[in-house]
Amino acid sequence: MAFIAKLKSNLSSFLSSIFKKKVSRIGIYGPPNAGKTTLANRVVTDFTGETIGTASNVPHETRRVKKRDGVTISSNGSSITLDIVDTPGLATKIDFHDFMEMGIPEEEAKKRAKEATEGVIEAIKWMDNLDGVLLVMDATQDPYTQVNVTVVGNMEARSLPMLIVANKMDLQGSSVERIKGAFPQHTVVPISALEGNNIDLLYETIAKRFG
Amino acid sequence: MSDEVQINIISANRMQSMNTMEKIRLILDDVMNGHIVILEKGLDPMEEAKLIEFTMIQIRNDVFSGIEIQSYPRDQKKSAIGKLFGKDPDSRMTVIGPANRLKSIKKEKDIISALIA
Repeated sequence: MAFIAKLKSNLSSFLSSIFKKKVSRIGIYGPPNAGKTTLANRVVTDFTGETIGTASNVPHETRRVKKRDGVTISSNGSSITLDIVDTPGLATKIDFHDFMEMGIPEEEAKKRAKEATEGVIEAIKWMDNLDGVLLVMDATQDPYTQVNVTVVGNMEARSLPMLIVANKMDLQGSSVERIKGAFPQHTVVPISALEGNNIDLLYETIAKRFG
Repeated sequence: MSDEVQINIISANRMQSMNTMEKIRLILDDVMNGHIVILEKGLDPMEEAKLIEFTMIQIRNDVFSGIEIQSYPRDQKKSAIGKLFGKDPDSRMTVIGPANRLKSIKKEKDIISALIA
């Protein structure tokens, strides 16, 4: 029976990829400080003039999922309407001492750590409710992290479309090739969400991949 | 916590007979006791996500700050037939330990390096 259910589910994914849905719900995932909220703000601001959240250099600044519905992205004559879901950074460890080292007082650091653990749980649960994922990686860092591997594995297991966004390409030491080498089966778009470099290429790729 | 480090290497056979929650309980109980766990055959992606979720629930200030986990990259090649019939994703050997003891884990395509503090 489990086999039949799995077959049905996979056929359903296959058919829905042929008969496209009008609106896709896209989650922005990645480790803390990869630039997820900066990217979400860039996309939402470019097409609606609003922002979705506050970005900062302190990890786990986003501790609750934030959502903006009905963002229509137009690029090169094609367009797609997305519900954008900005998720808290995924991590396998959260230590309040790390926040204290960034100048946050102890009580606030403990509160932030607690909220961050809840944010990770919420982000994981949202994977069940998405049509696709933008996986944001910091291109200056090693991409072989368990968080990245887990998100990629989950999207592949669900047969959902995914784009890898190699962010922070404006920084020294960034390498898109390192990310392509780690995940050769996926499309990787190098950008700087902060500076807006290559953002048009990202919009074009989003419209193609999720449209 | 003593300076000694216990490493538990768990066979694929043992894991195969367990459901997801049993696997997660086994791993987290060992890791929270300060042990390093090596799984001969790792978790599938859904189980990995569940492990992260339950790790977050267990985090306590000054007691347990989470885990370090690394596995080899999965096999990238999967046939169209395998995808259609939902062939189980390849699971690979995995190292898991408490974040405060596994100070650094690096992974390349065929090598996992773990530094135990």
